[in-house]
Amino acid sequence: MSWAWVGVAPFFVFAVLFLILPTAHLVVGSFQDADGRFTFANIVHLFTPQIVSSFWITIQVSAYSAIGGAIIGLLLAYAGVMGGLPKWVRPVLMTFCGVAPNFAGIPLAFAFLATLGRTGLVTAFLFNTFGFKLYDHGFNITSFWGLVLAYLYFQIPLMVLILVPALDGLKREWREASDILGGGAWHFWRYVAIPILWPSLAGTTVLLFANAFGAVATAYGLMGSGINLVTIMLFAQIRGDVLHDQNLGYAIALGMVVITVLSNLIYIVLRARTKRDLR
Amino acid sequence: MKRGRLVSWIIMALSAIYFFVPLACTFEFSLRLKRGTYSFAAYENVFNDYRFQESFLYSTTLSVATIIFGTLLVVPTAYWVQLKLPRIRPLVEFLTLMPLVIPAIILVFGYIRIYNSSSLLPMTSASWSTDTLLACSYITLALPYMYRAIDTGLQSIDVKTLTEAAESLGARWPSILFGVILPNLRVAIVSSAFLTFATVIGEFTIASLLDRPAFGPYLQLIGANRAYEPSALAVITFLVTWGCMGVIQLLGRGRKGGVAPTAY
Repeated sequence: MSWAWVGVAPFFVFAVLFLILPTAHLVVGSFQDADGRFTFANIVHLFTPQIVSSFWITIQVSAYSAIGGAIIGLLLAYAGVMGGLPKWVRPVLMTFCGVAPNFAGIPLAFAFLATLGRTGLVTAFLFNTFGFKLYDHGFNITSFWGLVLAYLYFQIPLMVLILVPALDGLKREWREASDILGGGAWHFWRYVAIPILWPSLAGTTVLLFANAFGAVATAYGLMGSGINLVTIMLFAQIRGDVLHDQNLGYAIALGMVVITVLSNLIYIVLRARTKRDLR
Repeated sequence: MKRGRLVSWIIMALSAIYFFVPLACTFEFSLRLKRGTYSFAAYENVFNDYRFQESFLYSTTLSVATIIFGTLLVVPTAYWVQLKLPRIRPLVEFLTLMPLVIPAIILVFGYIRIYNSSSLLPMTSASWSTDTLLACSYITLALPYMYRAIDTGLQSIDVKTLTEAAESLGARWPSILFGVILPNLRVAIVSSAFLTFATVIGEFTIASLLDRPAFGPYLQLIGANRAYEPSALAVITFLVTWGCMGVIQLLGRGRKGGVAPTAY
């Protein structure tokens, strides 16, 4: 045993105690009944309507916020980097996008409530100025779409942060080649840029999806238990065993891990493709 | 090309509206505690609330502990991996990225079940040990970007030469690590420290599930019971976040290891 192994030992002890064991415990627990015997019952119980719908709602919120974040993020990154804007725009954009994702959770929920809640300023402004009652037209910040709108606040900047380096990788010569061959902006994007960028775009979208999937605090701050997200359900389960079945709670956790692990695997595969294409 | 620029400006303007209107509204809202006039009364209420002071102090202390112990855990690991054990690098990197894959709520679920009061390591049985568990949870959250920041920092200095120089001058490894390597990693450590602070200070999920009197659960409590104070608290949190990120930007390493997504 050399000093080097002694030096890294604390890290491995830490990783086993706080990463491996907790995850393994939940995985094993989801295949056991209350007495510790092996069973698939918990996995079967996952397919009750309430749990399936909570997974489905969470998947939808995550997917909409990821796709929305990806599209808007791409437009924003494009405008900031290649849109012909003054030079100061880019660093301002990048700085803001570095900060905005860290302003999340409960305070972000407060901000959207103060803006678009029933007594929020924009809600009041729309009514006082245009006589438009936002809440009579189906809008509610404490709803599915309200939550998606709030999630975009950290999804868009994350997309910009990850995508700007990819846009920088688009070589000027490719645009020139496209121009010389008589192609316009449409041709360049349709036949050159998007085919090159898509693994990176798709990969980042999947990453945003996983990011939203595990989120708790923003949704909890915005609507408490008013939305049937799987994370909110798990939160209640950890607090008070609302399902009256400890091992079913483990199975829900396992289901979430399966989804986030799959998302990350897809991301890794797509990222490897991006690297190969840009070489 | 002119039309393209116009489109770019429109995209920028719409995004700016989306990102700044909530901030402006939150600030305006926070000033309206007194009827008919703008005042900082909501902020006074917040600052005079002993629970605010206690929970903010608690979370600050906890984040300092997270930063110190996280750094002490990560620096030696990254150093030895770089110098002597490059073949275990993939394993170490995999482990440090795990917290980005496994949601925080899952990890804390596992902690609560494994370290409950009837287990071998009953960390949740006393408040000091639960605080320790919370700090360890935050180290786990910070691990991905802390490790990357420090590893990148190590790659930019010549670890091998520095180590050999120190050894030939008769230094033993503790003084190599703390006297030679650590000072050279100042920038990496300070940026990851501020990023950790910004993440930990308002963290809600883990603190709430471990039932500790941290700032995040306090925010949630006020949000459920007050009208204007939550906006004031959101503004304060936003300023703290900007302060932390500002320091990182000033250090010129803001992009490296960017964000900690598990805090959402």
